[in-house]
Amino acid sequence: MTTNNENIVLHVADVHKTFGGLHALSDIDLQIEEGKTHAIIGPNGAGKSTLLNVVVGRLAPTRGAVVFDGQVLTGKQPHEINQVGVARVFQTPEIFPDLTVLQNVMIPALAKRDGDFKLNFLSSLEDEVEIREEAEHMLEDVGMKASKDMFASSLSRGDKRRMELAMCLMQHPRLLLLDEPTAGMSRHDTNTTIDLLKKIKERGMTKVIIEHDMHVVFSLADKISVLAGGRIIAEGTPEEVRNNPKVQEAYLGGAH
Amino acid sequence: MNSIFSMSRKDVITFLIFSAVVLLMPIWLQPFGAAYPDLMQKFAIFGILAIGFNILFGLTGYLSFGHAAFLGAGSYAAVWTFKLFSMNPIPALIFAVIIAGLFALAIGYVSLRRSGIYFSILTLAFAQMSYNLAYSVLTPVTYGETGLQLALDDPRIADAAFGGGSDVALPVSNLFGMVNMNGIPGFYFCAIFLIIGFFITQRIFASPFGMMLRAIKSNQNRMSYTGFNTRPYTLTAFVISGMYAGLAGGLMAVTDPLAGAERMQWTASGEIVLMTILGGVGTLIGPVVGAWLIKYFENIFSSFNENVLHNLFAFLPEGIEKFVVEVTSMFVGEGWHLTLGLVFVLVVTFLPGGMMEGYRRIVDMFQKKDDGDGKASTKSDAATAPAE
Ligand SMILES: Nc1ncnc2c1ncn2[C@@H]1O[C@H](COP(=O)(O)OP(=O)(O)O)[C@@H](O)[C@H]1O
Ligand SMILES: [Mg+2]
Repeated sequence: MTTNNENIVLHVADVHKTFGGLHALSDIDLQIEEGKTHAIIGPNGAGKSTLLNVVVGRLAPTRGAVVFDGQVLTGKQPHEINQVGVARVFQTPEIFPDLTVLQNVMIPALAKRDGDFKLNFLSSLEDEVEIREEAEHMLEDVGMKASKDMFASSLSRGDKRRMELAMCLMQHPRLLLLDEPTAGMSRHDTNTTIDLLKKIKERGMTKVIIEHDMHVVFSLADKISVLAGGRIIAEGTPEEVRNNPKVQEAYLGGAH
Repeated sequence: MNSIFSMSRKDVITFLIFSAVVLLMPIWLQPFGAAYPDLMQKFAIFGILAIGFNILFGLTGYLSFGHAAFLGAGSYAAVWTFKLFSMNPIPALIFAVIIAGLFALAIGYVSLRRSGIYFSILTLAFAQMSYNLAYSVLTPVTYGETGLQLALDDPRIADAAFGGGSDVALPVSNLFGMVNMNGIPGFYFCAIFLIIGFFITQRIFASPFGMMLRAIKSNQNRMSYTGFNTRPYTLTAFVISGMYAGLAGGLMAVTDPLAGAERMQWTASGEIVLMTILGGVGTLIGPVVGAWLIKYFENIFSSFNENVLHNLFAFLPEGIEKFVVEVTSMFVGEGWHLTLGLVFVLVVTFLPGGMMEGYRRIVDMFQKKDDGDGKASTKSDAATAPAE
């Protein structure tokens, strides 16, 4: 906690995570500024997804804590963490395969109202006109309106990912975590996604994005942290990181 | 307020057809030789049991192997109401549903801490515990092996107060002293509850609550990371389905006022699962169809005995006749469960979606023949639409 504290929306404070003898994360201290896009890059197995798992409550850190907007998230249930405004796109799409695309996108919007439980079985889904319209708009934004009545299981991998992004955006989260959101997408779809993510940035949503595609990273990120072997080995603006010899070394040694 | 009855056209039509089919049972079941009250009461009661079970299993995917416990609890509660309060079925049913609901709340609260096979095992264990308790420790309440029955000297305080005094014969459950609950009136009494139960299920299927349950079945993790506390949802579904089972158990007692521990046995729980899967898990109508088919064929197959078989195959030469009778007798009478098991294996292997999938395949086949290549797209639209 060095500089302008009030702008920090997410603080990962001294987090360690071990799996048996494996140090997946060590001494992670990460501060994400409000409204910024923060990229996390690093070779496969560096611990990037593990870091996000700790933030959303899928994993408990072995040591350290995650603070979001002044609240300690560590120890909270995943649904509570989502309710304070954290949404995540997963590396392998986490969607509702047996529901239609439209239903997939409507459910996150209902979470604010029904998340803590509501037994409204006398009302009909047909009556949720507002949320349906909002969901249809969102599908239009991500270019998936045509497939709204398809089962999500029948979508291509890239479309599943786009739909998952739409699901997260329906919640207007304060912090959006994206784990390789363009993996499996065509060049064209990747560019559409970049444009979409840029648009969100204009609306002031804070984003943490894990990405292998350097084109995506450099066109979106305000700041980059480089993770290797569970440690942050470099941090800075895209320019600084690009010219950092340690980073070049890690990338030559690693898979990518 | 108007949203309470806003049903889609399709739902209204389904409801009307379903009601007609149920209410006209005494007529259309005649050619099948099944239009007698005892069997039709079973159709209605097991239909309620199956659609209630489907709210849990069909929507949330949690497979309970202990639902017979709630059935039994409902029966005991109803018989006790008869004994202590009144032979009127309404208070008995209310009490049966409440007791089964509380019972489901307790068992569900613990069992739902696990999912998948562990959940199933937990429910099975609780149901077997209930069964054993009913036989042993709880004998003062359940009357153990003899079962809970009416007696001439039961207090029946409400009936006594209104002068429906005890005579020499055991009383019969009746609506305000007017309609007796055996025979055809008993069937119609149960049928009305089946129709109400079906209506409520339809509403749940079409509601946001129902969609949440389906979403939990589809991907519970995503539900959590989307901000849903899934436990209260699954627990509510569990309690609702337990209450349906309690209602069914209560109705069993209404049509025949006794309750025994065997109603809670694991075979009874298994039968509920079979009905639902055979008919079609997660569909509206499937579980009812499954319940009707199983009860119908149980009735037919278990009434066969060797004499009947000998008559049936009398036209065959002596030696062959003996052999055929020997083989077939394994599948009828006591052996009916062998037939059921075989049919179940066949259905699960070739029609994993149950009877409803079979029905859909037949409809699709005819549609393909009818509209040729011109309107091939309508079918694929239907295939991508959400299941009802
Ligand atoms: N749940 C887990 N149990 C055991 N090991 C894990 C688990 N999750 C991740 N790991 C290990 O931690 C390391 C970091 O994985 P991960 O965070 O997925 O890397 P990446 O940077 O590619 O996203 C890997 O060696 C991985 O095998
Ligand atoms: Mg990863």
